Amino acid sequence: MNFVRNLPLFCIILTLFSGPCSMILPAKKARILNLCVILAVGIMSFLVLLQVCISGGSYVYMMGHFPAPWGNEIRVGPLEAFMALFFCIIMLLSMVGGATERMAEIDESKENLYYVMVNLLLSSLIALIYTNDLFTAYVFVEINTISACGMIMIKQSGHTLEAATRYMIMSLLGSGMLLLGICFLYGLTGHLLMSNIKEAVAAIAAAGTYHAPLMVAVGLMCVGLAIKSALFPFHSWLPDAYGYSTVSSAAILSSLVSKGYIFLLIKIFYRVIGFDIICNSKIINIFFVFGIAGMMAGSISAAKEFNIRRMIAFSSVAQIGYIYMGFGLGTMLGVLASIYHILSHAATKSLLFISASGLSECSGDNKELAKLTGAGYRNPIAGMAFTVGALSMVGFPLFSGFISKILFAQAAVNQADKMLPTLIALALSTILNVIYFMRAVLVIYTPRKGIAAEERGYQRIRMGKDPGKSAVLVCFMLLNLVLGLMSQPIVELCSRGLGMFG
Amino acid sequence: MNVGNLFANYQEAIAMILFALGFSNLLLQKNLIKKIIGFNIMDSSVYLFLALKGYIKGHKAAIVVDGVQSVDAYINPIPSGLVLTGIVVSVSVTALMLSLTIRLYRRYHTLDIDRITMEVKKGGF
Repeated sequence: MNFVRNLPLFCIILTLFSGPCSMILPAKKARILNLCVILAVGIMSFLVLLQVCISGGSYVYMMGHFPAPWGNEIRVGPLEAFMALFFCIIMLLSMVGGATERMAEIDESKENLYYVMVNLLLSSLIALIYTNDLFTAYVFVEINTISACGMIMIKQSGHTLEAATRYMIMSLLGSGMLLLGICFLYGLTGHLLMSNIKEAVAAIAAAGTYHAPLMVAVGLMCVGLAIKSALFPFHSWLPDAYGYSTVSSAAILSSLVSKGYIFLLIKIFYRVIGFDIICNSKIINIFFVFGIAGMMAGSISAAKEFNIRRMIAFSSVAQIGYIYMGFGLGTMLGVLASIYHILSHAATKSLLFISASGLSECSGDNKELAKLTGAGYRNPIAGMAFTVGALSMVGFPLFSGFISKILFAQAAVNQADKMLPTLIALALSTILNVIYFMRAVLVIYTPRKGIAAEERGYQRIRMGKDPGKSAVLVCFMLLNLVLGLMSQPIVELCSRGLGMFG
Repeated sequence: MNVGNLFANYQEAIAMILFALGFSNLLLQKNLIKKIIGFNIMDSSVYLFLALKGYIKGHKAAIVVDGVQSVDAYINPIPSGLVLTGIVVSVSVTALMLSLTIRLYRRYHTLDIDRITMEVKKGGF
């Protein structure tokens, strides 16, 4: 059992070193290495989760035999281990599901470089989840950004290059603010480890001195991470980046990369500043307002969009808005709902991206909604998967989106002054979701009139043609059902883990 | 708000002015090269701020010479370490941005990001 305590560190080291190794391997071997690494990290995270659940507590892992105020630390609890396991599952499924497109769209000689990026991305995500040191978090945020940019630009078209440039510019603005915030906090407290900073911040808050610098530091970090995770007014780079990159990249970017930053933000709330201080500041009200604005603006843009990939991308803006609205409620329940929405959005959005690529595959690689007419009949499994994803996004019972919406509503009921806006926003956004997702579902299940379509690439695709992708779509649908039907133990696990944060 | 504090800590104030300059350049310039210069100014200003936080007047750089091990002889070494790490990060990000700029320039023969966006929207390449 003592050995299992080392595994989180092994996960980070293994993924970090497999990145450069992929660079010298041929494409095929790099692909196998990548799958093995994700699988190994998933198994290790599962073991860590089991151990943490059995021992019923969290632990701090000291690195390099330097004790607390000087050394670097990893902190492991149920929530962290569960998140790592979940991110591994999503990443594995996204990588397998997009394999065919990836091989067609990426230059053969550059394919191994893609796996360098994926391995580094996984490493940075896991490090962001586990780390107990703010500056380490900053370094891994940058690694995350760089590898995400590489994953966008690997498909070398004008669209992706421009999207990658815009993504980098916005991300650099965000990380600059995050870095300045961390430096302010270091200047105020003299510590970099999260637990030490929290003690010092509590002392500062109790003494009542340095209130303004503390709020500036908190604000800089919050706004920086909000820019990086594409909260509403900062989302301009998102549709192009998700809409034109290769499908694995789009799935991973939308469901994991932005969630890594949000998880870091949760850690900053609970483990660095202290949730009470955050709630007493006005910062959460700003999150609340922009979260709701994002829910509306994202959905309206999605309803105006007729490219299916860009439509799904705009829907991500709305879902990020949900998550920030949960923070804005300023209660434990609200944050819990946000965490559940991170899970549900990750499972659903990657399902939608991969099934949408299946739908356009059977329609001559067209992505315009009008040309996808009847695609649900030509590629039955992708059509079914898209319907499941759309229903889950809308919040249909049985699927994961329903549970997160109900959790948001429950959290709002306990918060008298924010109850009405939250409930109205939830209702309006559900209607908007219905408008654009059900429109897409109706289009793909409308029988296609007119014939002579075969020569333009319209073809029937049977389940057996790409078994990997079909299996992935089935797995994603099952994952959605599991999150929708057996939410109770997961919610309990998350709330226990969140309780240990404080 | 005490203006005297601002003059007493004029170095930090300069670092913040530089940060604002770099930030607005990165955000508002149309030219990609000027954006990258803005980014570098922004990051350097943060390093200046960090270095100032670690500096103690009259103390030397934290390298043990002549066996002097007293704490009073040296500055705080941690911010220097952070600055080094940060420089590595900003160098690699600058390299990535420059390579992206070169690719875009070869394709569209301009450095203006807005014109590049227009060309992309027109569906060229």
